[in-house]
Amino acid sequence: MITGILLQIAQTLIAILLAPLLMGWVNQCRAWLQGRTAPPLTQPYRTLRKLFHKDAVIASNASPLFRFAPYLIFSCMVLAAGLVPTIANDLPFSPAADVIALVGILALARVFLALAAMDIGTSFGTLGARREMLVSFLAEPALLMVFFTASLISQSTELPHIVETLAQKKFAIYPSLAFAAVAFWMISVAENARIPVDNPTTHLELTMIHEAMVLEYSARHLALIEWAVALKLFTYSVLGIALFLPWGIAPRGDVAALPLALAAMVAKLAAGGAALSFMEAISAKVRLFRAPEFLGTAFLLAVLGMLTHFLLEV
Amino acid sequence: MSVLADLDAHILDLAWAGVLYWLVLGFSAPLLQRWRGVLVHLVFPLSALGALFIAAVGVAGLALPPSAMVLPIGLPDLPFHLRLDALSAFFLALLGSAAFGITVYAAGYFRSMQAGPLALVGLWYHLFLAGMATVMLADDAYAFMVAWEVMALSSYFLVTTDHDVPEIRRAGFLYLLIAHVGAVSLLLTFGVLQGGHGAYTFDYMRHSEITPFWASAAYLLALFGFGAKAGLVPLHVWLPEAHPAAPSPVSALMSGVMLKTAVYGLLRVTFDLLDLRIGWWGTLTLALGLVTALYGVIFAAVQSDMKRLLAWSSIENIGILIAAFGLTLIFYTEGKGALAALSLTAMLYHAINHAFFKSLLFIGTGSVLHATGERRMGRLGGLIRFMPWTAWLTLIGALAIAGLPPLNGFVSEWLLLQAFLLTPGLTQPYLNMVIPVAAASVALAAALAAYVMVKYFGVIFLGRPRDPALEHAHEANWPERLGMLWLAAGCVALGLFPAQVIARIAPVVRHLTGQALANDGNWLLLAPLAAERASYAPLIFLAVILVVLLFTFIWVRRVYHGRVRHADPWDCGYPEQNPRTQDSAEGFGQPIRHIFVSFMRVERETPDPFDRHPHYRGDSRDKLWLLLYKPIADLVGWLSAQAGRLQHGRIQWYLTYSFVTLIVLLVFVSR
Repeated sequence: MITGILLQIAQTLIAILLAPLLMGWVNQCRAWLQGRTAPPLTQPYRTLRKLFHKDAVIASNASPLFRFAPYLIFSCMVLAAGLVPTIANDLPFSPAADVIALVGILALARVFLALAAMDIGTSFGTLGARREMLVSFLAEPALLMVFFTASLISQSTELPHIVETLAQKKFAIYPSLAFAAVAFWMISVAENARIPVDNPTTHLELTMIHEAMVLEYSARHLALIEWAVALKLFTYSVLGIALFLPWGIAPRGDVAALPLALAAMVAKLAAGGAALSFMEAISAKVRLFRAPEFLGTAFLLAVLGMLTHFLLEV
Repeated sequence: MSVLADLDAHILDLAWAGVLYWLVLGFSAPLLQRWRGVLVHLVFPLSALGALFIAAVGVAGLALPPSAMVLPIGLPDLPFHLRLDALSAFFLALLGSAAFGITVYAAGYFRSMQAGPLALVGLWYHLFLAGMATVMLADDAYAFMVAWEVMALSSYFLVTTDHDVPEIRRAGFLYLLIAHVGAVSLLLTFGVLQGGHGAYTFDYMRHSEITPFWASAAYLLALFGFGAKAGLVPLHVWLPEAHPAAPSPVSALMSGVMLKTAVYGLLRVTFDLLDLRIGWWGTLTLALGLVTALYGVIFAAVQSDMKRLLAWSSIENIGILIAAFGLTLIFYTEGKGALAALSLTAMLYHAINHAFFKSLLFIGTGSVLHATGERRMGRLGGLIRFMPWTAWLTLIGALAIAGLPPLNGFVSEWLLLQAFLLTPGLTQPYLNMVIPVAAASVALAAALAAYVMVKYFGVIFLGRPRDPALEHAHEANWPERLGMLWLAAGCVALGLFPAQVIARIAPVVRHLTGQALANDGNWLLLAPLAAERASYAPLIFLAVILVVLLFTFIWVRRVYHGRVRHADPWDCGYPEQNPRTQDSAEGFGQPIRHIFVSFMRVERETPDPFDRHPHYRGDSRDKLWLLLYKPIADLVGWLSAQAGRLQHGRIQWYLTYSFVTLIVLLVFVSR
């Protein structure tokens, strides 16, 4: 039990500390693929440090909700990251929230970000909030469907149980998981504001989604939001690993397997980040109203995955 | 101890005493018209105490065996039968606890009303409450229908409180019409259930046997009748008209509580009075519920009137309730008692959740309406600065209805989704195709509900005031705040203590499905089946978020600093930013309109580019009205026009009619 709690805290801390590194790695890969000189791997940490030191500039008509939201969003993302098995499958906290609750936490953070964006009352803030909710209303049920497919196979909605079942099952191709994996990739791209749905480096307000929502934030509030964004990318990445490539995660009570698990996770994350930047480099951002089509496809794929499970695998 | 045991034996007397208390209060209101102060400061607070009493009786009655009594009123050969079992007790508890908050609020809300209308509102309000309570207690068809009509008529008069507005009269008429079409269908249901023996007590119906054909007829009639009351698509058209027309506390009662009487009736007829249930009923009901949920939430997203938006959202929630009901029926007829218990628990939980958060949101609109006199969301904005109590309490309701943890909406959504996940192994293969699609629809409706609530809260309370007059908006008065506080506290408590609530409603579930949901976890952990299958602990969940939040805050302040500078918002290089450049309600709903335009008839007036005072109007209307109701209305109009040809207003013609009729009758008789 005590090792469990220690592992839980350790995994959460690893997630918090490694998340900006993953962001830096994705940015670096993308710079290379675009033929630019890459920023150093630690650039996100430097940005965070710089932002924390600055004075916060807040619009004079901001309500308390505006200043409260970044802390809440950051806490939600920490909680979400702590729920996903990264190196060990021993998470004493996981009974408190299963995958449906995980989707709920992500939704809570998103709703508060959208509300905070509407608080100042600039046109771009509300525009961003509206678009973010548009993207999420299709992405969130699709994500739920992906989780449902995985939990139908493993007969549980608890992530450690899902991972245990999927990792220990003898290797076989599940058609439903293949559908779910494609859908999950598409959802992750949309939810993390990556190309082709959104562009994280855009400076053109009219096409922004995520960036338009955080236009009014500065200094420590912006730092917390940026960190939360990095944590979100990290959470989605380890979720994808846990659902579709669970091999290498240390089983319950096996402390000796931890170093190997850590190495496996870093390797998988590096590969995943490179793949993400590669996909970004070869695709173009779509028009806003093509985004629902993109996500509708993801939703249908996820539902198809669940149907396939019911038809072929029961 | 003996006093308490005595109370247990008289629980039904106590419930009936509560109803009588409301009736007395109601009939005293017109007599007190001269003493406006008494009306304002005494009648409604006293009535709130009655609601609390009814809630207590309901909660106590949940654990008690059924008790029945016969009242010496009603027809000579059919006196009123009353009965209080777990199902009635659950809905009484729902009625009392939601009505307590609403009535406390009403004590503040009606303060500004003239004495005459106030006395009438006092009468109808209490008749409405008493009618709803009697519907839940009735144990024969006659008492049920009388109470049902009292409820329908009193709510009609409440809807038309502002009857000098033509639209409100029209909304009231539509409500009355559909309520009575539904009531006729319910009469027919009971007609089928009595099986030709003229025995209208529920006790007889419970023990009589019925052929599958007539059972299906009764079920379909009940679904139609109760569906008309609940706002099931396509019988929903009255709901977005009538609910917003009423004063806000009444809207809250109608949406939060009255819709549940339909749910109660459906449960009573299907699981108690009918002795058999057939598989396809569940599938049909599930499909209807899901269509209603999606239809409601799509239309909620494109509304620009705040009360109308909430009314459409009620349609969505009723859809989810009915879908859960359909799922329960499917499981029950498949012989999966444990799963039926799970989905029924989800349904009952959602019913009580909806009573709390929808009432909270509706009375919140009442305070906004009083403070600003404006219902159009496009004229509001920034109210969180002037009405912080209303805004923050409404935020709790909005987050709860959007199904976000750790509030109550999430719990029922979680339970329902768990029920969908346990379906493998149903005998009907087609159900295996239906269930994933159904689960996807529920998830989609829940996600869209979050969109709707961000729009609702963001446009009304956040941003800059779209009208300079809003700067003078005043905060809700104290009874109003207390009413909202009670309902918001209910949302939080129902969200944080699901294990306790589920243990309380277990008798209802056992009564209807024969099995109860066993909680595998402890008091902290909700685990409806087995802890390793699924579990959720909202208290731990909230504690972790709060600890991380506090820690982050202290860390940022300690390690760095808390310095703040205030400045104007960033104008992105466009200096001409004013409050009207914010998103309007129509603007926020535009993506949804764009995607789901095929369900709607969109009326738009777009301004001319050279217009100095541009005017924009966008209205998305329900296509079903045109496709379904308009032809029926036209047909009825045509028929009555034809019948009108007989009427000339001349005495000779009428004498001729009588003469011809006499001749024809004589011919018949003489043959």
